[in-house]
Amino acid sequence: MKLDTLTQSIGEWLRGTGPESDIVMSSRVRLARNVAQYPFVSRATEQDRADIERFLRERIAAVAVGRTLEYIDVGRLEEVDRQFLVERQLISREHADAQGARSVAIDQLEQVSLMINEEDHLRIQCMHSGLDLRGVWEQIKVVDEQIEQVVPYAFHPQFGYLTACPTNVGTGIRVSVMLHLPALVITRQIDKVFRSLHKISLAVRGLYGEGSQAMGDFYQISNQTTLGKSEEELVEQVGDVVPVLIDYERRAREFLVRETEQNVHDQVSRAYGILRTAQTISAEETMQLLSRVRMGVLLGLIGDVKIADINSLLVRTQPAHLQKIRGIELDTKDRNIERARYLRQHFEAGGAAGGASVN
Amino acid sequence: MKCQQCEKQAVFHITELETGAVREVHLCEDHARAYLNQTEGAGASESTEEGGAGGPLGVGQTAEDLAVLDQKACDMCGITFFEFRNQGRLGCPHDYVHFAKELEPLIANIHGSTEHTGRRPSRFPEPAAGESAAGGTEELTRVIGLRREMKEAIGCEDYEKAKENRDAIRAIEDRWITPARQD
Repeated sequence: MKLDTLTQSIGEWLRGTGPESDIVMSSRVRLARNVAQYPFVSRATEQDRADIERFLRERIAAVAVGRTLEYIDVGRLEEVDRQFLVERQLISREHADAQGARSVAIDQLEQVSLMINEEDHLRIQCMHSGLDLRGVWEQIKVVDEQIEQVVPYAFHPQFGYLTACPTNVGTGIRVSVMLHLPALVITRQIDKVFRSLHKISLAVRGLYGEGSQAMGDFYQISNQTTLGKSEEELVEQVGDVVPVLIDYERRAREFLVRETEQNVHDQVSRAYGILRTAQTISAEETMQLLSRVRMGVLLGLIGDVKIADINSLLVRTQPAHLQKIRGIELDTKDRNIERARYLRQHFEAGGAAGGASVN
Repeated sequence: MKCQQCEKQAVFHITELETGAVREVHLCEDHARAYLNQTEGAGASESTEEGGAGGPLGVGQTAEDLAVLDQKACDMCGITFFEFRNQGRLGCPHDYVHFAKELEPLIANIHGSTEHTGRRPSRFPEPAAGESAAGGTEELTRVIGLRREMKEAIGCEDYEKAKENRDAIRAIEDRWITPARQD
């Protein structure tokens, strides 16, 4: 797969379609699996890692996982290309920064991604746009079952699927939804919401998973425990809370429009104004402003922008994407100038058309 | 993963259990020390510093017990309990058998359970009573130890021993690993 061809599309999680996609960006499930006859990755020698990588790659290639997969040798990629895959959420930051033999297999729709030699030997990930945890679970189950036919997973009758870190043992499942919650942030209710999520064993993370900061009002909600409940129960545990959060966010948005319309209208218009006119702008500020504009569009305060466009800009203004699109490596300062130029061109050209014409 | 306080690699992965809520903290060594000192001082009344992938200190464990435990090493991958406590990552699947007694309270702390109730590998259905099934995991993890022995044997130029190890590895793999292509 040529990474450059990926720059033409925007990837599954930013497609902006699917149920409740005004608030739910994407639904994701990942499974942590290990091969029984090798040490876990952190204790594996260079030779072990190479053997594990080949063993899994050859065996996965021999089964049908329902999709045509393309392999990318992550260990051989340039840093900007690894970062590019992180920005698309196809590999984790840990996987990008790790050492030794490692790879990722991705399907064309960018829904399925198989990371080899991340923290565990195999991390299966499946992602759909919008709220579709059921659909994601059904899909990943098939992929897992297929691989299981040819890979002897490390499994313990009592502890379940064995993982490098005991926090993932059992089902090895992490069910997560990415939510866009700007109104809860503006109305300062977000902390209260998170505290109550913690109480029911759900974790809240930023855009890029564990340890990452929440950027642009995007949050990932996921299960905290992996043992003692079935996969379906854990899918439900996360799924059950999402409608509640959607309801809170919608009410907060309504409140903002009702009580402070002028103020909100001013805020989103200013955000839109900066994006269209800035001469230099950081990735963080861009994301923050795009988040506000996204809300403005959904509230009907900004008329001439499409949600799909905002989603597309969210990923294309990330550092590695920007460099891939421009076809040149840029330092932070030049990136900020180039990012501002890209945004101006995009909005001047009028949304969707602009997205294509500046590629 | 990076430390939540600075740019260094997080080596301490602490799971805080506070009146039913679970919170994860990921820190580098320096910040972990500061963090633990602070919680020990502040939370003396509550047992909040228990648990965490890196520090499964059971109640009532003396320093000597801990020192002995720290030396205990997995006979397959060779990781010591001390190394696990430091890194928060286990060395191989056999650790869950070798350190089962030590890991169980830690797992109970993290998950509130020690029994997997989810899916099982489909080619290895529920084992019959008394049968050690787990789909050959137990047998296959022996390969990890044998590979280590083989390497050592080669290092000592004991090729006879290395050949024995290699044959033993092949026998286990032939028995438990199905051919990649099932034609």
